[in-house]
Amino acid sequence: MFPELNNLLNTTPDRAEQGKLTLLCDANTDGSFLVHHFLSFYLKANCKVCFVALIQSFSHYNIVGQKLGVSLTVARECGQLVFLEGLKSSVDVFFRAQAEPHPLQFLREANAENLQPLYEFVREALKPVDDGEAAWRCPVLLVDDLSVLLSLGMGAVAVLDFIHYCRATVCWERKGNIVALVHDSGDTEDEENNILLNGLSHQSHLILRAEGLPTGFCRDVHGQLRILWRTPSQPTTQRDRSLTYQYKIQDRSVSFFAKGMSPAVL
Amino acid sequence: MAAAATCGTGAGSTGSMVAAGGKNNVTSFQRRGPRASGSDSSYSRLVSIAGTRPSVRNGQLLVSTGLPALDQLLGGGLAVGTVLLIEEDKYNIYSSLLFKYFLAEGIINGHTLLVASAKEDPADILQELPAPLLDDNVKKDFDEDACNHKTAESNIKMKIAWRYQLLPKMEAGPVSSSRFGHYYDASKKMPQELIEASKWHGFFSPEKSSSTLNIEPCSLTHGYIKLLQFIQNIIYEEGFDGSNPQKKQKNILRIGIQNLGSPLWGDDICCTENGNSHSLTKFLYVLRGLLRTSLSACMITMPTHLIQNKAIISRVTNLSDTVVGLESFIGSERETNPLYKDYHGLIHIRQIPRLNNLIYDVSDVKDLAFKLKKKLFTIEGHSREQCILVALTPAQ
Repeated sequence: MFPELNNLLNTTPDRAEQGKLTLLCDANTDGSFLVHHFLSFYLKANCKVCFVALIQSFSHYNIVGQKLGVSLTVARECGQLVFLEGLKSSVDVFFRAQAEPHPLQFLREANAENLQPLYEFVREALKPVDDGEAAWRCPVLLVDDLSVLLSLGMGAVAVLDFIHYCRATVCWERKGNIVALVHDSGDTEDEENNILLNGLSHQSHLILRAEGLPTGFCRDVHGQLRILWRTPSQPTTQRDRSLTYQYKIQDRSVSFFAKGMSPAVL
Repeated sequence: MAAAATCGTGAGSTGSMVAAGGKNNVTSFQRRGPRASGSDSSYSRLVSIAGTRPSVRNGQLLVSTGLPALDQLLGGGLAVGTVLLIEEDKYNIYSSLLFKYFLAEGIINGHTLLVASAKEDPADILQELPAPLLDDNVKKDFDEDACNHKTAESNIKMKIAWRYQLLPKMEAGPVSSSRFGHYYDASKKMPQELIEASKWHGFFSPEKSSSTLNIEPCSLTHGYIKLLQFIQNIIYEEGFDGSNPQKKQKNILRIGIQNLGSPLWGDDICCTENGNSHSLTKFLYVLRGLLRTSLSACMITMPTHLIQNKAIISRVTNLSDTVVGLESFIGSERETNPLYKDYHGLIHIRQIPRLNNLIYDVSDVKDLAFKLKKKLFTIEGHSREQCILVALTPAQ
């Protein structure tokens, strides 16, 4: 986790909030550093994490996690982390018929209606353990990323339904959190993606939006991060709070600064 | 590259490398070095595979794309286990040249090739590969050419201008004796004996379309399903993913797929806007899953300028690791633009992956142009201040 981002979000692993849906989105840049941040944040906060990693392999997250101070292999072995590796499982699902329903079963089907097997997987993974062992603080679902599900044949409505079901189980019933990454396709007319993004934006409590600089590439400022706090369940009598920072990604951390205040400029 | 390490130590212990279904991490993305997660990936026991080298930044195993300057723009080379997507130029002239360089590099390094095409028979493609350039010929060409840099003897293969000298030099690994990245002469053909000595598998889509499918019809087109099965078969049979107990493979599989997405594959995204929008993206996803779990690297050329639905292009970009776009000036108004009079086209590096890392190697030069002049295929940073001349393979 990045300490500077924790300061901006006003959280620490000890005081992590519960019952929240956080939406990560990136436009014209790579927002995966946010995924690494939240993964290591919740592992350090002693939460049980179910990570649906559809876009990269386990060792990728593990190596970056080690730079940020968490070991995914240890977490997986002791049961704190349930990791669904999309790329590897997709090969198994696609080429061999599975005996029991697999979370990525929609890859084999021509017209998969919904993501129910995936939801069942998440629900099973984040089931509360009753036998009094090391009690994790709260369950967390992390998805990287949801736009891939659209590329794999699911409709935007199916993905929204999946998140809705997960919210009902994880956020409301078990007082946990959900963090999901969606790509913003910007000006390319990806309607399904826009539907998904808008639908999730209305449901989220916190939106972190990483954008590339409108002026193009810069070596010292890699992008701009917009943080938006929302209260979706209450009428918007109070304005949603929003902050914008620029950031630079380094080898083991990300530094944030106010717009125009990059150390390279000052 | 620790997959190479596990392959190397597999002689003694079978438990760590071979596992049913490859569920032990035989991915090529483990970091090599004493701090790596696996206990059996110490530096001294690493068996070096010909034609590969570890990345300077994170120890990732890299192979050359066949053009040393493109390797440098991509941060050292193409990472094993990833997909390089080339967005074809309008008449598929320069992208097929890059495709041939990629395959020729595989033959020179002794890698196994898998060539897939719907347009040409792979055997014909292999006959037309460029010949590798020998050392003294390269020296003569560079002296003749009107370049205004005197280079040291050690830089004779690549004229690195002063900007690039600030970047870390490419060095050969301690174990591998052959050079990383070779030069080719496109006016000559690859010698027949080299082609025959190489190991290659060809997939020609019209030939394979008649056989039956043994998986349920999903939304992939027929040609893609057959290609995926073919690739998976080769990877398993020849042991590139470490799950075959009979085969211990210590080589790289280079997969080259030409004109993916064109109507010849049975896909209609280039013909209509409301075509089958999930076939190509599903194919890319499963392909990437195959690559991540095996010692292979893939180059795909795709006619993205023909795809009608622009949303598919952004999805395809997100599903690929490295994306390079070629734009040739033939037939466009830039051909007569005096600014571009020396060049044949532009190269756009659209995406470079951040593998095992938060950051990635990115070149400072963003406007890159290429030209094919006599025996030099050059990529230059197109800006008056930054005249970065990175001489590449001599071509026609």
